[in-house]
Amino acid sequence: MSIIARSMALLGLLSRPSRHYSLAFLTFGGFIAGIIFWGAFNTALEVTNTEAFCISCHEMRNNVYEELRETVHYSNRSGVRATCPDCHVPHEWTDKIARKMAATKEVWGKVFGTISTREKFQDKRLELAMHEWARFKANDSLECRNCHEYVYMDITAQSPRAADHHERLLKNGEKTCIDCHKGIAHELPDMSNVKGWK
Amino acid sequence: MRHQNSSRLERARPAMRGLAAFTGILALVVVAVTVSAVSIAGPRSGTVETTEADALATLRGSAINMEQTSPRMGKEVNTDLRPVRNYPEQPPTIPHKTRGYKINLKVNKCLSCHSRRAVEQSQAPMVSVTHFMDRDGQVLASVTPRRYFCSQCHVPQLDAKPLVANDFVDADTVIQVIRAKGN
Ligand code: HEC
Ligand code: HEC
Ligand code: HEC
Ligand code: HEC
Ligand code: HEC
Repeated sequence: MSIIARSMALLGLLSRPSRHYSLAFLTFGGFIAGIIFWGAFNTALEVTNTEAFCISCHEMRNNVYEELRETVHYSNRSGVRATCPDCHVPHEWTDKIARKMAATKEVWGKVFGTISTREKFQDKRLELAMHEWARFKANDSLECRNCHEYVYMDITAQSPRAADHHERLLKNGEKTCIDCHKGIAHELPDMSNVKGWK
Repeated sequence: MRHQNSSRLERARPAMRGLAAFTGILALVVVAVTVSAVSIAGPRSGTVETTEADALATLRGSAINMEQTSPRMGKEVNTDLRPVRNYPEQPPTIPHKTRGYKINLKVNKCLSCHSRRAVEQSQAPMVSVTHFMDRDGQVLASVTPRRYFCSQCHVPQLDAKPLVANDFVDADTVIQVIRAKGN
């Protein structure tokens, strides 16, 4: 039998109605298999959505994670923490998938060692940071607002500097969090060509 | 003969046991007394008598070999209220917190609010013109390298009790005193 004939036979087999299984079994079985697949998919998604996963690669652990540990989002008087996915992965499912697809490019970078040393990371840092700034700017700092939101801020409890900026420029939507709070979680790249610095 | 000897030993055994027990207890008592004596005397001999001279000689308040409980950290002043300057050339102290504000070759967080162009948004006082001058007094286009590292001269303040008294008086007070004496 030639390959073509063989595959034609296979096609015929696949398209033939089932002889042994009832319609009910096939429908139900398909349903269960669907649940299992969906569950596994989301479980895998959840596993990649933890800080432990993010810092399992040394590029993240030795650079951004080490820097985060010195900041208010790692240690503060109330003991509430922000983890990597809190700031870097959207909560909406579609947005989350879109972000994950983008992240596969980052895995590419990992495999080919684009940022395998601190020096390489620093060289690449401006570009990486600009991606994140653009994302925060485009979604009006959505991830920050999952935890902080202007309407719930007690302006009177803030320092005069903070209260002034938030009332003057945040309230009316003229600026968003990332415009003023760059470098809140990590060290900054070379800012000499970034607007508003120097 | 042999048998006799061993039986004599046998008879001496209880007495030896008693002696051993007695020396054991004695040793224990001696050790206990020494330990407690040392632990009572210990801190006293380590503490420094705080006389006037000692207070000046050390702010530490105890001997060098003593572990101290560290004092609570003061809160960084964050009132945004300008404090008085003691003389016109004094670099003003910083009236806000500076946690996480990096100054290095790549970034200068301070200038993101205090530079000429940033003050419109930040409403902070601009660095004065002296910050643009090189050592010949020539005014440059941007902040001079001599004044790039702000924390060399400007420091935030803690809300803490001063460790030593300060009897600095400013020039106005000196002039007043001199005038009062002259009159
Ligand atoms: C998981 C929740 C969470 C997320 C997401 C989050 N934060 Fe925070 N943030 C906190 C907590 C908790 C604190 C500390 C509160 C305290 O002082 O006790 C904090 C503190 C801060 C402070 C105060 C800094 C200081 O020195 O006092 C700023 C500014 C801030 N966050 C900005 C941001 C920005 C900008 C983003 C987005 C990029 C963001 N946060 C995302 C939880 C979060
Ligand atoms: C126009 C600039 C600006 C914008 C926009 C802005 N902030 Fe701030 N924010 C400041 C300044 C200035 C401070 C005080 C200085 C500092 O903390 O470094 C501050 C302080 C804070 C603090 C600490 C409050 C305190 O009393 O010290 C938090 C939390 C914070 N911002 C969160 C946010 C979040 C979340 C957003 C977006 C929803 C946001 N800010 C948008 C300028 C801004
Ligand atoms: C409080 C929010 C927050 C948390 C938590 C956070 N990041 Fe970020 N991250 C940012 C912001 C904002 C940027 C954009 C650059 C900047 O402003 O520093 C950024 C940038 C980055 C970049 C680009 C390179 C760079 O430094 O600019 C990487 C990589 C990164 N983050 C990884 C992580 C990892 C891994 C974790 C967990 C260990 C983490 N982040 C936790 C807010 C956060
Ligand atoms: C978010 C913006 C911002 C940043 C960042 C900032 N400042 Fe300020 N600073 C201000 C504002 C606003 C005032 C004025 C407070 C007031 O209204 O009196 C001020 C006041 C001062 C003053 C007092 C000026 C005077 O005339 O008494 C000094 C000194 C100062 N800052 C130094 C610094 C240094 C050094 C840094 C970096 C470590 C820094 N600032 C970072 C906003 C900022
Ligand atoms: C070599 C010491 C020195 C360094 C470094 C320095 N300053 Fe100053 N600064 C001064 C002195 C002295 C004054 C007060 C007299 C004057 O204006 O020259 C002053 C005044 C100021 C004032 C008040 C200006 C006014 O008009 O009220 C601000 C704000 C200020 N400095 C911010 C900064 C910032 C931000 C940096 C870092 C970029 C910085 N300084 C670096 C010495 C210094």
